[in-house]
Amino acid sequence: MKVSDSFDIGEMDDLGRLDTPVHRLDARAKAVATLVFIGVVMSFPRYAISSLTPFILYPVALVSLGRIPMRYLARKILIAAPFALLIGVFNPLLDREPVTAIGSVAISGGWLSFGSIMFRFLLTVGAALALVACTGMNRLGAALERLGVPRVFVVQLLFLHRYLFVVSDQAAKMKRSAVMRSSGRPLRLSVYASMIGHLLIRSMDRAERVYRAMVARGFDGEVRILRPSSFGWPDTLFVAACILFFVSARVWNLADGFGRLLTGGVL
Amino acid sequence: MHMADALISPAVGGTMWVVSGGLIAYCANKVKKSVRDNLVPMMGILGAFIFASQMINFSIPGTGSSGHLGGGLILTALLGPYAAFLVMASVLTVQAFFFADGGLLALGCNIFNLGFFPAFVAYPLIYRVMVGERRGAPRAWAAAIVAAVAGLQLGALSVVLETRASGISDLPFGTFALLMLPIHLAIGVVEGLATAAVVAFVAKARPEALAAAPGRTGGVSFRPVLVKLAIATLVVGGVASWFASTHPDGLEWAIAKVTGKEEVTSPEAGVHKSLAGIQAKTALLPDYGFKPSEGEATRAEGEAPAAEAWPAVSAGTSVSGVVGGMMTLALACIIGILLRLRPGPRCCGQE
Repeated sequence: MKVSDSFDIGEMDDLGRLDTPVHRLDARAKAVATLVFIGVVMSFPRYAISSLTPFILYPVALVSLGRIPMRYLARKILIAAPFALLIGVFNPLLDREPVTAIGSVAISGGWLSFGSIMFRFLLTVGAALALVACTGMNRLGAALERLGVPRVFVVQLLFLHRYLFVVSDQAAKMKRSAVMRSSGRPLRLSVYASMIGHLLIRSMDRAERVYRAMVARGFDGEVRILRPSSFGWPDTLFVAACILFFVSARVWNLADGFGRLLTGGVL
Repeated sequence: MHMADALISPAVGGTMWVVSGGLIAYCANKVKKSVRDNLVPMMGILGAFIFASQMINFSIPGTGSSGHLGGGLILTALLGPYAAFLVMASVLTVQAFFFADGGLLALGCNIFNLGFFPAFVAYPLIYRVMVGERRGAPRAWAAAIVAAVAGLQLGALSVVLETRASGISDLPFGTFALLMLPIHLAIGVVEGLATAAVVAFVAKARPEALAAAPGRTGGVSFRPVLVKLAIATLVVGGVASWFASTHPDGLEWAIAKVTGKEEVTSPEAGVHKSLAGIQAKTALLPDYGFKPSEGEATRAEGEAPAAEAWPAVSAGTSVSGVVGGMMTLALACIIGILLRLRPGPRCCGQE
């Protein structure tokens, strides 16, 4: 994890605070729709590519209506790509049976399934990032709690998110000072251990101070979460429309039908 | 080691969601009952610490590479297994939400692989047993390394099993295991070194921090949870995989059977193949009526009007598929641009 990555979260939070039609939807509706989306996308057979293309509409619509900068999301998706790429790239090597042909060029099953993996990666990661960027962590946390996630865990998520910047900031400062003092030589294990140890002890002290401050403000062991939004009929409509679209795109190959229409053949 | 959604089938992902969700609920219950009120901010900030500590690397002499703290072991040493598991789960969730590091469907797998093994296996069953009550230097170092290696090996093995069970990657079990396990052996040694060094430092500078870990007497009673989890897993896994096998997987296995890929040599594939045979016979919808043996394949497309998107070996289907796919993508782009053109607040956050 790079230093810049953790500050990136701040940008995600800024996006989460925007006020657009998508942001105004109840967080539960978006979370449920996104989970259904990912499940449906992953339920396609391994060689599916063209039948998956209509699904890109969902993240594109979220991102566009939510006014999320496309370039920012694309960068995040690229950063996350290596794992799927590393595992998926073996498919073309292992599965060389020709499965289909475009004109006279035969295409092996491995390349098709590799393409399918990478396209699914784009869809699922894009949808997940779009969900967070259009919702923001606080609303998402409240939604998770109302969807039945244990409160202790939701509070843990919100606390972690809140202190991420604070502790990362401290780590970045320590790192910078270590680099300046060691004139660029890499850290030895002994130096590393005392740096991380100090960071750990400082974090624990901070937790103790936070706890005292919380007790001073009446904390009784129970954390209350604000629940600003309610599940209205636009949210129901959104979920229903999304699921209807996903299911019909799963059952019928919309892209193929569209292609036949365009190539003018009822094949 | 974070798994991505693109390699997981819904059956595997859903099953692991249930497993990890059950563990989270169980641990949350345990933490709620704990007497330490300050556990709430402590857990949150230590989660942030795990993130932050991964920004700092140390160099491994003679290799030119670097390593950092993994997190699971040291959290368990400081917080006990239940709270540590919750913290790891929250760290992985935030990584999935904000960094696309591991996907949402794969979140259950990732929480299990990276949270369960260090908190409930490596620390209580290996580290504690090896260290005993004395924190003697060489022994503690050896214990940390063995525990970190064991935790990561189990996690890596479970990544291989989950990927294999999903059947989206073509990598055979043996090859994938040979790829993953040695890499994680090395990572485990490095993580063990880092953990031992930090624990040694904390033991010197703030010994009471380590002594405060609750549940260190090994009171991890797991029987009731394990039984419930096993039942839930069987039910969900069974239902989900039955559903999945009648639709995509059965089809996929049948095709693998017909085309006879080179996986045949691996023993795992042998099991798969015989299972595929059974499945092809017992499947409710026998592959939508198109058995893709070479001669019939071209005909199949006409016979299966309701079947989806199978790129059968027919140039016609391929062309319409490719054209349709391209046009759909283009259409999606245009829709995106149109939606963006609507008047409204300017987007912020762009650099």
